[in-house]
Amino acid sequence: MINHLIVGPLLLPLFMGTMIILNTNQPIARRRILGLCSCLAVLVISIILLFQSTVGPIQTYVLGDWPTPFGIVMVLDRLSAMMLCITALLALICLAYAARGTDRQGKNFHALFQFQLLGINGAFLTGDIFNLFVFFEIMLLSSYGLVLHGGGGLRTRAGMHYVMLNLVGSSIFLVGVGILYALLGTLNMADLAVRMALAPAENAALLQAAGLILFAVFALKAALLPLCFWLPDAYGFTSAPVAALFAVMTKVGVYVILRVYCLIFSDFAGVGAGLLNTWLLPAALITLAAGAAGVAGSRDLRRITAYLVIMSVGTLLAVIGTFQREAIAAAIVYLPHTTFMTAAMFLVADLIGRQRPDAGTGLVPDRPVGQPTLLGLLFLMAAVAIGGLPPLSGFVAKVMMLTTVKDSAGAPWIWGLVLGGGLLTLIVLGRTGSVIFWKLLPADDTETARKTAHAPVPVHATADVFPAAALLVISPLLVIFGGMITEFAFAAADHVINPVHYIEAVLGPDRSFPLLLSSGGE
Amino acid sequence: MEWLVSACFGVMIACGVYLVLRARTFPVILGLTLMGYAVNLFLFLTGRLHTNLPDIISGSQTQYADPLPQALVLTAIVIGFAMIAFVVVLSLRALGELDTDHVDGHNDNPPS
Repeated sequence: MINHLIVGPLLLPLFMGTMIILNTNQPIARRRILGLCSCLAVLVISIILLFQSTVGPIQTYVLGDWPTPFGIVMVLDRLSAMMLCITALLALICLAYAARGTDRQGKNFHALFQFQLLGINGAFLTGDIFNLFVFFEIMLLSSYGLVLHGGGGLRTRAGMHYVMLNLVGSSIFLVGVGILYALLGTLNMADLAVRMALAPAENAALLQAAGLILFAVFALKAALLPLCFWLPDAYGFTSAPVAALFAVMTKVGVYVILRVYCLIFSDFAGVGAGLLNTWLLPAALITLAAGAAGVAGSRDLRRITAYLVIMSVGTLLAVIGTFQREAIAAAIVYLPHTTFMTAAMFLVADLIGRQRPDAGTGLVPDRPVGQPTLLGLLFLMAAVAIGGLPPLSGFVAKVMMLTTVKDSAGAPWIWGLVLGGGLLTLIVLGRTGSVIFWKLLPADDTETARKTAHAPVPVHATADVFPAAALLVISPLLVIFGGMITEFAFAAADHVINPVHYIEAVLGPDRSFPLLLSSGGE
Repeated sequence: MEWLVSACFGVMIACGVYLVLRARTFPVILGLTLMGYAVNLFLFLTGRLHTNLPDIISGSQTQYADPLPQALVLTAIVIGFAMIAFVVVLSLRALGELDTDHVDGHNDNPPS
């Protein structure tokens, strides 16, 4: 019996996005309701899938019922179910925030938002590497539209860099996929893993080149160091709900790196074995350091948050780069925390910026914000969570990551950079908070203040603040249900680190024997 | 034939990379298009170079042209076309908003 719910997170946004396009010239309330209903339904489906994946085996959905290596297959394991849940929850909250006014700046915001969800969910679910390319393109094309949403010179310039870099990335992706297909004769990821283990040694160089070419593309999506310079501009200048949603887009890169290099280039993969073991950790650590430098050097809360996204990717991939089961479990615990908290910081920064008409989110003194207690508390909570202070989830996740990597070779570097980066983040966020909330201009003292003295500061209604608060409440919940989440993360890491489960779920029992032969031969 | 085709691929990629590294949007778009063409050619070649092979399996013949790269390249062409169309529109908009066709928005003819 095929579980048709698995394609729900793909078909629903596609259908609703189309419905929204048909309603483009109707009142905006109709598009908002359609979009929110779609997000809510996807969230419900994702939660059901998460429960199914927790208790059951890896599920597959064979499109058109073609036999598996030939047709396209969707695969739902614990990690992908968790990513679906994170995306759905984040999307619902971001859309609720956008529905308070951001979506009025362009007619097609809601349709693009749904297609964005389709692309992200597809990248998490697909078990076919060319299909992954297609979902990447769907995700990117809608993200181009969303980055530019609202217009303006800065957004256009940042968006142009983002678009051109990703076009080059797509070309390179196709080259990598082409080499894999030419040498292994398949595009199904499980089948690729089996055939990689059987590949003759004469093809080793080309196969490894293909693997590293693909890594360059995924590193561009995840924003690893030499390929991360598009991110601060693109995330810093776009509208807040879009930036908050994009907090999960870099995690698509992280997910795909984890998926591809633990499956196709796993330790059992013959000539491709352990391809990234020497590359990922140093690249991620340098990214972490560069992100921390960016955080320290930025003079604007939006940009600081964009660099925090780079730091979170660096931390995740450094821990994943040890390729140990416990470390991957710790990264799986850290992933939802860092996604939700950076997204929350983007929303909080926007709430603050809208009440400071002169300075916006910049770190310069301005008149006091309209609701200092409320915004101050939100900012404090986000800063504590991101900085990794107890009692919020950042602390728990970081402790777990640091303890699980302590026996690996790169442990001193990971410890030093994660702790140093955390300290720097705290200092910077502390300075940011004191400038924004305490270093105030008297209302009628300076020329700029006099000029704008009569401009009323907008007061946020409960519905404006609620989405940001909802994201922040997730942090204590992650701590309270920490035991369950840790158990789940270990179970998910079991499936990720051992490619046999995935291959046998997709191709059928006993098909993973080449990997066992390959590991036995070493 | 292998040499000719691989030289085509290499020259197109090299020209594409050169053009993408220019500072004006129009050469960059041309470069992206060239790289797209080169990659499409490359995908087509992943089925290997053959002549006079049937495109479907017939009873007597054991060898046939691989149909999958043709399907892949069709997908890649469609997606590439959409992306290039989008980037052309985006560049025109950037020209309107930034008043320059420089990719970093540097204005080299300031308003007098």
